[in-house]
Amino acid sequence: MYAQLIKSEATVENPKKLREFQARIDAGEKIEPKDWMPEGYRKTLIRQISQHAHSEIVGQLPEGNWITRAPTLQRKVILLAKVQDEAGHGLYLYCAAETLGASRDELNQMLLDGRMKYSSIFNYPTLTWADMGTVGWLVDGAAIMNQVPLQRTSYGPYARAMIRICKEESFHQRQGFDIMMKMANGTLEQKRMAQDALNRFWYPSLMMFGPSDSDSQHSAQSMAWKIKINTNDELRQKFVDQTVPQAEYLGLTIPDENLKWNEKKKRYDFTDPDWSEFYDVINGNGPCNVERLNARKKAWENGKWVRDGLLAHVQKTTSKTVTVE
Amino acid sequence: MTLSNASDMIAEDQISSTEWPLWEIFIRGQQGISHRHVGSLHAPDAKTAIQSARDVYTRRSEGVSIWVVESQQITASSPSDKGPLYEPSKSKIYRHPTFFDIPDKVGAM
Amino acid sequence: MTNHQSAYFEFLCHFGDNALILGHRLSEWCGHAPSLEEDIALANTALDLMGEAQLWLGLASDVEGHNRTADDLAMHRDVWDFRNFLLTEQPNGDFGQTIMRQYLFDAWHVPTLTALTSSIEKSIVEIAQKTVKEARYHLSRSRDIVIGLGDGTIESRKRMQSALELLFPYVGEFFTSDSVEQQMVKEGVLSNLDNLRKSYFEEINKTFSSATLTLPNIQFSQKGGKTGKQHSEHLGHILNQMQWLSRAYPDANW
Repeated sequence: MYAQLIKSEATVENPKKLREFQARIDAGEKIEPKDWMPEGYRKTLIRQISQHAHSEIVGQLPEGNWITRAPTLQRKVILLAKVQDEAGHGLYLYCAAETLGASRDELNQMLLDGRMKYSSIFNYPTLTWADMGTVGWLVDGAAIMNQVPLQRTSYGPYARAMIRICKEESFHQRQGFDIMMKMANGTLEQKRMAQDALNRFWYPSLMMFGPSDSDSQHSAQSMAWKIKINTNDELRQKFVDQTVPQAEYLGLTIPDENLKWNEKKKRYDFTDPDWSEFYDVINGNGPCNVERLNARKKAWENGKWVRDGLLAHVQKTTSKTVTVE
Repeated sequence: MTLSNASDMIAEDQISSTEWPLWEIFIRGQQGISHRHVGSLHAPDAKTAIQSARDVYTRRSEGVSIWVVESQQITASSPSDKGPLYEPSKSKIYRHPTFFDIPDKVGAM
Repeated sequence: MTNHQSAYFEFLCHFGDNALILGHRLSEWCGHAPSLEEDIALANTALDLMGEAQLWLGLASDVEGHNRTADDLAMHRDVWDFRNFLLTEQPNGDFGQTIMRQYLFDAWHVPTLTALTSSIEKSIVEIAQKTVKEARYHLSRSRDIVIGLGDGTIESRKRMQSALELLFPYVGEFFTSDSVEQQMVKEGVLSNLDNLRKSYFEEINKTFSSATLTLPNIQFSQKGGKTGKQHSEHLGHILNQMQWLSRAYPDANW
């Protein structure tokens, strides 16, 4: 998902404390910043929350790409408000990670120098206006699928951030579907754009859930800690089952010849994405990896004098007051 | 005394820390209810923290009043004191109105 | 259109276009600002301005007689039909130029919208009353940042001073009057703006003094945006981007 391929950290801790900790989680208690927690829990959470935060921030770029080109004034303000929300979501999540002892600047630095990842989906280009619809419909749809259960995650600040995010996120998927309805019911060219966008974003959206992890040790540990609620395959299946009828409603064709309803299992059978492409993208070789990271680096470096300037002003005015007294 | 502007300029490497401090944000959702902690953000000073809180946390008309407190100014109780701090009140059940049996015919009380 | 109608229409386009073009410029920052908090704040200002543009252009469309919607006015007019100040179409540059442009505009925007709250036109009063609150917030924010960065580090002061020097020549256009404006004043649509220049300079002088910035000593000003007579080359590129989709697929409903 937004935090793909998170490996949980192994920890060597006092077994009694570990047992008590696990008992609290099993009883549905929330863990708060000052509570004792295993080092592995803390580290895994920092990585997972900040990858999610990085994904929100990098995720501003593919949609930001269309703000100045939106076809109507109304579409322009809706898209801008949506991309602004993503900055907000990144902010809430960085704050949650900060309660675990990491600073936002440190986390940002790790994004910029490649030590931390963000979701593979944002390394794909947005080429037509229909991509704005598709990103909202599929990408936000997939994100919501993962985020809704995370509202129940064991770490208090993370759960509270997710609650806030989910409240705002449902507007995102709806605005995407709204664009798709207009496109799918529009002119021939609009329909073609809509189908083309679906063709390009279908498999990358399925990749968002990450490779199968039902046998993964890391995944089992994260699930025991309730910082991962469902397996990747469960969520992917749920996403496909939910999306196929929506595509049918739009009159669009999902680009998978093997896609069909399995009456026995009461779910759709579908083709798995090409995981070698996924690893390529995750490792920096997707179509837009370089551009995305460069855009973030440029924003960070060009903003330095502003952040420093405003801070210097405050420090100066504070020391002035002290001198006067 | 006030320093003159010329001697007052700060070079970038003289700033004591480069990260804006963290602020905790409390918002009153509507008149008549108390402020509630909604999250945090980074800002160079209190005034900017209020403005940013307005932009970050009230985009959907969530508030009518904002408090900001620099995070490091908050003193919190320690989880290890949970026993001595909160357990003793549990035995004082007589503080709750339901502790007392009052006959129905007495009326509302 | 009658003489009144066409002057009134242009007058409304002036306000709509200022908000539209400046809002468009600010929206270019989304995802690229110096901090997350600033990214969100800039987007809020852009959203306010874009909302304001919809209101003014919507009213302009009513006045014109609904031949064109607000969207048509935004997406299907060419450079010479736009009535925004040259300042609003200037490129974002670095963050200092963006916030300086914003401050110089906000300091004009607030007193002008305030004056419009006493227009004899009820629909103008309604728009002005709503947007002046937003503009006051923009002004208080851009003023604080101009002061903070002017009186910040050596580098931030240098950048703010050069931003001021770059943009100050566009301020004079705020105080030029034309036949459209004179007619609006005569009809009571716009109240007299005689004091605008004086109060504007009081505002900016005070700010620049706190910001330790020096107002350039120049005697000329760039103009031609408000009348549409001569925009800068930048506007064409903005329209190129903003209008392309709508013009490429004129039959489409988005």
